[in-house]
Amino acid sequence: MVKDIEPTTGTGFLQYAPAPESTSILHLKDSYGLFIDGEFVDGSGTPFSTISPATEKKIAEIATASPEDVDRAVAAARRAHDKTWSKLSGSDRGKYLFRIARLVQERARELAVAESLDNGKPIKESRDVDVPLVAAWFFYYAGWADKLDYAGLGANPRSLGVAAQVIPWNFPLLMLAWKIAPALAAGNTVVLKPAETTPLTALIFAEIVQQADLPPGVINIITGAGQTGATLVRHPDVNKVAFTGSTAVGREIAKAVAGTGKKVTLELGGKAANIVFDDAPIDQAIEGIVNGIFFNQGHVCCAGSRLLVQENIHAEVVERLKDRLTTLRLGDPLDKNTDIGAINSAEQLARIKMLSDVGEEEGADRWTAPCVIPENGFWFAPTIFDNVSTSSRIAREEIFGPVLSVLTFRTPAEAIAKANNTPYGLSAGIWTDKGSKILAVADKLRAGVIWANTFNRFDPSSPFGGYKESGYGREGGRHGLAAYLKGASK
Amino acid sequence: MTIEQPISLAPAERALRVIGGDLTEKSLRLHLEGLSGVDAVGLEQRAAGLATRSIKTTSKAWALDRIIELIDLTTLEGADTPGKVRSLVAKAMTPDPGDPTTPRVAAVCVYGDMVPAAIDALGAAHGDPDDGLISIAAVATAFPSGRASLRVKLADTADAVAAGADEIDMVIDRGAFLSGQYGKVFEEIVAVKEACRRADGSYASLKVILETGELNTYDNVRRASWLGILAGGDFIKTSTGKVAPAATLPVTLLMLEVVRDWHRLTGEFVGVKPAGGIRASKDAIRYLVTVAETVGEHWLQPHLFRFGASSLLNDVLLQRQKLSTGRYSGPDYVTID
Amino acid sequence: MSRLSIPKTYKLYIGGAFPRSESGRSYEVLAANGDFLANAALASRKDARDAVVAARGAQSGWAGATAYNRAQVLYRIAELLEGRRAQFVDELASSEGLTAAVAGRQVDEAIDTWVWYAGWCDKFAQISGSGNPVAGPFFNISVPEPTGVVAIVAPQGTESLLGFVSVVAPALVAGNTVVVVASQQYPLSAISLAEVFATSDVPGGVVNVLTGSPAELAPWLASHADVNALDLTGAGDLDWVELQISAADTLKRVIEPEPGVPGRSLDRVVAFTETKTVWHTKALI
Repeated sequence: MVKDIEPTTGTGFLQYAPAPESTSILHLKDSYGLFIDGEFVDGSGTPFSTISPATEKKIAEIATASPEDVDRAVAAARRAHDKTWSKLSGSDRGKYLFRIARLVQERARELAVAESLDNGKPIKESRDVDVPLVAAWFFYYAGWADKLDYAGLGANPRSLGVAAQVIPWNFPLLMLAWKIAPALAAGNTVVLKPAETTPLTALIFAEIVQQADLPPGVINIITGAGQTGATLVRHPDVNKVAFTGSTAVGREIAKAVAGTGKKVTLELGGKAANIVFDDAPIDQAIEGIVNGIFFNQGHVCCAGSRLLVQENIHAEVVERLKDRLTTLRLGDPLDKNTDIGAINSAEQLARIKMLSDVGEEEGADRWTAPCVIPENGFWFAPTIFDNVSTSSRIAREEIFGPVLSVLTFRTPAEAIAKANNTPYGLSAGIWTDKGSKILAVADKLRAGVIWANTFNRFDPSSPFGGYKESGYGREGGRHGLAAYLKGASK
Repeated sequence: MTIEQPISLAPAERALRVIGGDLTEKSLRLHLEGLSGVDAVGLEQRAAGLATRSIKTTSKAWALDRIIELIDLTTLEGADTPGKVRSLVAKAMTPDPGDPTTPRVAAVCVYGDMVPAAIDALGAAHGDPDDGLISIAAVATAFPSGRASLRVKLADTADAVAAGADEIDMVIDRGAFLSGQYGKVFEEIVAVKEACRRADGSYASLKVILETGELNTYDNVRRASWLGILAGGDFIKTSTGKVAPAATLPVTLLMLEVVRDWHRLTGEFVGVKPAGGIRASKDAIRYLVTVAETVGEHWLQPHLFRFGASSLLNDVLLQRQKLSTGRYSGPDYVTID
Repeated sequence: MSRLSIPKTYKLYIGGAFPRSESGRSYEVLAANGDFLANAALASRKDARDAVVAARGAQSGWAGATAYNRAQVLYRIAELLEGRRAQFVDELASSEGLTAAVAGRQVDEAIDTWVWYAGWCDKFAQISGSGNPVAGPFFNISVPEPTGVVAIVAPQGTESLLGFVSVVAPALVAGNTVVVVASQQYPLSAISLAEVFATSDVPGGVVNVLTGSPAELAPWLASHADVNALDLTGAGDLDWVELQISAADTLKRVIEPEPGVPGRSLDRVVAFTETKTVWHTKALI
C-alpha cells in the first residue's frame, strides 16, 4: 500500500544540496576606469562602489565620468566615426562584430557569473538566457553590416554618427548588446553608460572589445550615475540617443532633445496584461504566469505584472499558481538551483515594499510564497495580490519586482478593454487553445510585443518595443537596424 | 446523422463518481474532450527547465539510492529463459556484489510465463518493496502490441496473476483509442482490472501502459492517462519500451500533472512509471526532480513511482562507485544480468 | 636529401564520408605546368544517386535547425577556411598556375563570400517574407521555405574555389541540401573544402561533392525525380538546354548558366525557396 511519507523540511530531497557556481573563473580588478578611445583611463568624478545585492559586499570601485570625461568620450567616438569606422566596408564592420560575438561565447561562463554577482539574478538565467542572447545579438547584427541596402531605407543608407546609449540595471549585458550591435552594424560609433548598480559586465565587455582589436573610439563605455547619463544624452555632438529605463527619465530625455535634431528611441516601462482564457492549456498557462512575473525577480519592463484571468477559472488558477510557487527557490544567485535571486538595490527593494503595502491598504488579498529570506542582501519573496481591481494603484503603477496583481474578466472584449486600459503598451500575453481568438485578441491589444501561449521570449531577429508611454522605436530585427540609419538622400 | 444510442460501459467506481449519471461512450468522450489542452512548446520548455536542476553531493547520493529502489528491473525478450530470469533476479537482489550498502530494486518485470521462474529465483526475497523485498511485475494483454481478442488478453492476465505476479503491466488498445473508441479502451481496462482479482479478494496492482510513442500528441496522452485512471489503473505507464519514442521527460511530466490533478480532485494516489530509453543516471535524476517538483516528494516511493529499465541500474552503480571511491569507474566493475 | 612527402588522396564527399567512386574509376588532375597533381575520383551515376539519397536524408534535419544554428555552422566553415588559408592558397597556386598573391585574393574572397551568405540565414526571411494585409478577418503570412535538394554544376574554369563557394553557399542558407559537381579540371579545392565541411559541424549529407565529368553526371541529376532544383551555373559548355528540358519533366526550378563566377546575390538564396502563405481566421465571438 502507499506509504505515508512526510516530506521533511530538513532532509527531504527537495532541499537540494548547495550547487554553487564558482567565482574562481573571474579575474576582477579592484577598480575600473572609464573605457575611452580603446583604453581604460581614470575618471575625474568621484568613484563609487558596485556591490553584490545578495551579500551587500563590495565587488569593485567604479569611476564616475564627469562632464569633461563625457566630452572626451564623445570626441573619441566622433573621431573614430569620421576617420575610421564610416570608412570601413560593411564586410569589415561585420567581421569585428563576429569577433565580439565569438569572444562572448568563449567567455560566456565568466560573463554569466559576473552578471549574477553584480546584478543579483540567478546564474541559471544569466547562463541560459542573458549571455546566449548577447552572443546571438552580435551574431545577428554582424550579418547585417554588409547588407544595409536591404534595411528598408533604399540603397546606400548612411549611419547617423555618434550614438549616446544609456542602459538599465535589469539585463545589463543584454541591454548593452541590444544597443551596441545594431549601432555598429549600421556604421555608428557609440558612447554607452551602464547603470550605476550594474557596471561590471560592461567593463569586462570593454576588455573583450580590446581582445577583438576594435579600432579605438568605436565603442566607449563610461560609468557613472544619473548625472553622467543626463550629460551624455544632452551632449551637442551626439546624433542619436537610445535609452532604456523608466518612463519618468524617458520623458525628461524626450524633452531635452526636442528641437536638437537628434534621433531618439526610448524603451520604457510597462504594466503588461497576461490574459488567461478558460480554454487555455492550463498547466502551461501557470508556467507562463510564473515566468511572466517572477523571471528575473520581476525586474522586466515587459513583465506580465497583471494577470487577467477569466472569472470562471479564477479560483482554480490562483490555487494552482500558489501550489506552483511553493517549489520556487529564493536565495544565492550563484547557486545553480536558485530561481529567484536578489533585488538589485536597497532603493528598488524599498519601492517594491512601499507599493506592496499600498496594495494591502487598497484591500487586495496578499499572499507570499513561503521562502526563507537570507540574512544579508536585498530580497523579496514572490507575492500575489488577488482581487485587484483596475482602479487600484498596484494595477496601474509599475512595481518592477516579483509582485503579481490578479484581476478578472468575463468576456474577450472585457479582457481587451482592461488590458488596454493603461498609459503603457509594451507587451501582453494571451493564453488560449483557440487560434482564431489568439489572432483576434492580438489584433486589438495596444502593445508592441504580444506573446501567445508563451512569455518573455526574445530573439535578435524579433523587433521589441512599446506603444504609448512604453516608448517608441524598436530593437531587434530589421526595424532595430533601421533605427540607426538614415536614407541616402537625407 | 443518427442520434447515438447511449452505449453503457462496464462499471468502474472512479468513473461513476467523477462523471456521474449513466456512464456511456458518449459521456466518457465528452468528459475526456473537456480536459485542458496541452501546449507542447510550453510543456517541453518546463521539462527542460526542470532538467537544469543541479543535484550534487548529498542530494545526488540520496537520489542514486532512491533510483535503484524505484527500478523495475526488466527482461522482456522472446529469448528469455528460466536461466535468464534467474540471472536477472540475482542482480535485482544484489545489484553490486562489491558494495553491500547498495539498495535492492523495487521489482523484476518479466513476461507472464516467466513468473514461476521469478518466484523460484526470488525465494524469501519475494514480497513488498516497502518491506525491503522484491515484487514481481508481469506484462500481459498480448504485450507489447495488444492486438489479440479480449478473451486472449484476459486469459493472459489471469494466468500471470494465478502464477503469483504481484503487479500486472497491461497495454491499452491504441488502435481503438486513436479511432475514437474510448469506451472500448475503457472497458478493456476495467475487465483486466477484474482479472487481477485473486481468490482472496485482493488485487494485483495494475499498471496501464499508454504507449505514448504511438499516441503522437500530448493531448492524446492526457486523455489516455485520465482514461486509464478512471477505469481503475493503479499506475499509468508511458511505454512498452519496444517502440520509439519511449519515455521522455515531457511526457512523464504531463502524466505527473494528470495524477496531481486526480489527487486534487479525489484525494487518491495513482502512480507513474516511465519505461524505456532511460539509460543514464543523469536522466533518471531529472525524473526524480520532475516528480518532486510536480506532485511532491511523497510520490518518490515504490508504490507511486517506478523506472522501467534494464541498463540504467549499471549506470547508477557506476555513479555510486564514483561517489564512494572518488574516481571514475568502468564496465568491468559492474555485473551483467 | 629533402623529405619525401605523403601525397593526398582526393575522394568524393557523400553523406559526411569520403568514399571512392563505386565505379573504381579515377582521372588525372594536372597542375597548370602539366605536372601530375593527383588522381581524383571519377564519379559515376551511382555515386550521384547515392549523393542524392544522402542529401535527401539530411534535408529535414538541416531545414529543421534554427536559422541561427545554420548561420553558426556556415560561419564556422568560414572560420576553418580562414585557418587553412595557406593550404588552399598552395593548392590553387599549383592547380590554376597562380601567384601566391592572386591565389590569396581568391581565397580571401571565397571566405568573405561565405561569411556574407552565413549572415543571411536568420534575416532573409524578413526581406522575402511578409505579413499580408488581406481584405478580411484573416491573419496572413508568407514565409520562404527551402525547396529541398539542389543539384549544382559548379563553375568549371579557374577561380575554382571562389566559383564553388559562390554557388554552394547560397543554396544552403534557407535549409536546402546540395549535390554539387565540381570543376572537372580544377577539382581539388572542392574536396579540400569538403574536408572543412566535415570538421565544421555540418551534418553529413548537407553538402555532397562529386568530382568527374559534368557531361556524364549532369543528365542523371537533371532527370532525377528526387532533386528539387537544378543550378546549371557552370554548365555553359554542356548541352544545357537538353538538361533544362529533362529537368522540366519533374518541374524542377532551374538556374541557367552564367559565364565565370557569379557575384553575391540575395536572388541566389531566394531562388531555392518556396513561399508558403498561411491564412488563419481571426474572431472573438
